[in-house]
Amino acid sequence: MKIYSFSEQSYPDAWFEDAESLRVNLPNRHCDPEVAARLYNRYLDEWMLADELGLNIIVNEHHATATCMSASVHLTLAILARQTKRARLLGLGTPIANRSDPLRVAEEMSIIDVISRGRLEMGFIKGVPYEIVPANAKPVHVMDRFWEAHDLIIKAMTTRDGPFSWEGEHFQYRSVNIWPRPYQQPHPPIWSSSSSPSSSRALGARGYVVATVMTGYRAKAVFDDYRKGWKDAGRSQPAPLDRFAYMGFVAVGKSEAEGLRRAELVKSYLQTNTLVAEPYKNPPGFMAASDAAKLFQRVGWRGPSHQMATKGGKPLGSAAQGSVADTIAGGLMFAGTPDQVYDQVVDFYQAVGGFGHFLMMSQAGQMGHQDTVESMTLFAREVMPRLQDFHAAAQLAA
Amino acid sequence: MLDRPETANTLTEIAGVRIELIKRGTGRPLLLLHPAIGIKSTDRVIEDLARSFTVIAPSHPGFGRSELPRAMTTVDDLAYFYLDVMDALDLRNVVLAGVSFGGWIAAEIAIKSTERISHLVLADAVGIKLGNREQRDIVDIFTTKQSDVDRLAFHDPKIAAIDHASISDDDAHILFRNREATALFAWSPYMYDPKLAGRLHRIKVPTLVLWGASDGIALPDYGRAYSRLISGAQFELIEDAGHYPHIERPDLFTRKIVEFVSHAKRRET
Repeated sequence: MKIYSFSEQSYPDAWFEDAESLRVNLPNRHCDPEVAARLYNRYLDEWMLADELGLNIIVNEHHATATCMSASVHLTLAILARQTKRARLLGLGTPIANRSDPLRVAEEMSIIDVISRGRLEMGFIKGVPYEIVPANAKPVHVMDRFWEAHDLIIKAMTTRDGPFSWEGEHFQYRSVNIWPRPYQQPHPPIWSSSSSPSSSRALGARGYVVATVMTGYRAKAVFDDYRKGWKDAGRSQPAPLDRFAYMGFVAVGKSEAEGLRRAELVKSYLQTNTLVAEPYKNPPGFMAASDAAKLFQRVGWRGPSHQMATKGGKPLGSAAQGSVADTIAGGLMFAGTPDQVYDQVVDFYQAVGGFGHFLMMSQAGQMGHQDTVESMTLFAREVMPRLQDFHAAAQLAA
Repeated sequence: MLDRPETANTLTEIAGVRIELIKRGTGRPLLLLHPAIGIKSTDRVIEDLARSFTVIAPSHPGFGRSELPRAMTTVDDLAYFYLDVMDALDLRNVVLAGVSFGGWIAAEIAIKSTERISHLVLADAVGIKLGNREQRDIVDIFTTKQSDVDRLAFHDPKIAAIDHASISDDDAHILFRNREATALFAWSPYMYDPKLAGRLHRIKVPTLVLWGASDGIALPDYGRAYSRLISGAQFELIEDAGHYPHIERPDLFTRKIVEFVSHAKRRET
């Protein structure tokens, strides 16, 4: 099992100034560049430590928000490509339907792959609804644009006798011929994220790695749908576990109390993550009109919320309001002593059918540097080796 | 994408597209192009207009229950579609009336051809860019809270409020289908065609620009400037109405059109 260390690179100093919205319309006067400089460098230091500890690295991007200062997966990965030595570098991901220029995505990804000598894992994502307005991307036909961008990026990365031309519905280029070509052949591994049956099946059909983010025990349905797509594409062997990834919070302490105290800090992500003003929550066309209509009938203009449930399917309420115990029961959080965290991850792994990649949000929100370093180190030294043994045995048994 | 509610036999195929079509009344044809909020056969304005005209009120492709051909993505496509519709139905001496987004379509039709059009009515029409690059002419409904949109769009916002708990499944589906189609056609540039203002001089038919006096989505001054770009256009305010005067004052909306059509003659060109 590969373990990845994740932080959204948030700016928590601005978190509670505007209770209604931390995204899209929170003015950047709330961002002190001195504080931002300290935070960026701190988060990079934590990823350097992750590299030393034998962890891999995952970075993301959001825009116009105090919840995530990484406005470009590529920029952060470019720094880490040079600064780290061993870690796989996963971007999850690049919102390719929101980027106006997929050719630049192919170029920049190739540079990152070459500088890191083939350590890039490429994630292409649809993104969350509130990214639509800051990107100025049309929310209608977004997946058509996604797949056209994807096709162009792959062709750009794999064509060795270019240039070629591209005259698609959404993108037109007269001469595509990227330098450098990627280090990994024919191209770096591709990931995407999913929480819906249709996108899980589409990823399964292509055989890409599917990551599901804090979906709790619904991850099983995501993985099962992926398997359907995988099988329907005509494959006779079952999908290997390295096609599946799950992201949850991790907070480890020497004592249970210390682990749970750290869990409170990382959980601040859930309280702030969905604080976004009404008009940005569900842009028209981002979800099917029939689904948007049903949601509206339930909650009005408030938009979607993240609901949790136990392994047995018992509702636990909204993730934004849940306690640490709720988030643990919902499979979003793995927290406590190394033994407890190991047991929780194994229990969850078995309940959802296993996964080859565990993406741990080891820093979030108000979790400070010292707590992050200690929690990550405890996980890497005391939980990771056992998890890897367990996963190897589970794979052999399969 | 743009999946449709169940429709039974309510659709009519015209110019290759199956659309929802309201047709009522007798007399010369009035083609009514609805705003982004769509149109219903129960809207009072249909009944009022039908006393003087044969009202033809389609739901635009992608709106209401009308299908949306995959290739239709711009207001220009809609304008060409309605030129085809007028040909297919062999409509002559048409009074072409559009409200808000429908007014934009009507203007795009009229700059292309007025062969079948005798009179043009633009009510609270969008579609042109007037202000400088840092000044938006039209309130961005996609970044504005719905209660604020309602307040700006209606003289009496109580009319606008939609109760999410009691709305029917079909109406809810159509509400979101209309929003999606609006985003498809008008996302960016938002609610305008950069070329349209420079082409309005081509319109030679008598034109009436109607504007709700309380319109907070596109202000009456925007309407006045719009009317000045069309030679000989007449500008009139409708009191006690906002961005949708055909909803708030269907009586006045109808009367002003009837008076205009009976007085203004098409100039020979």
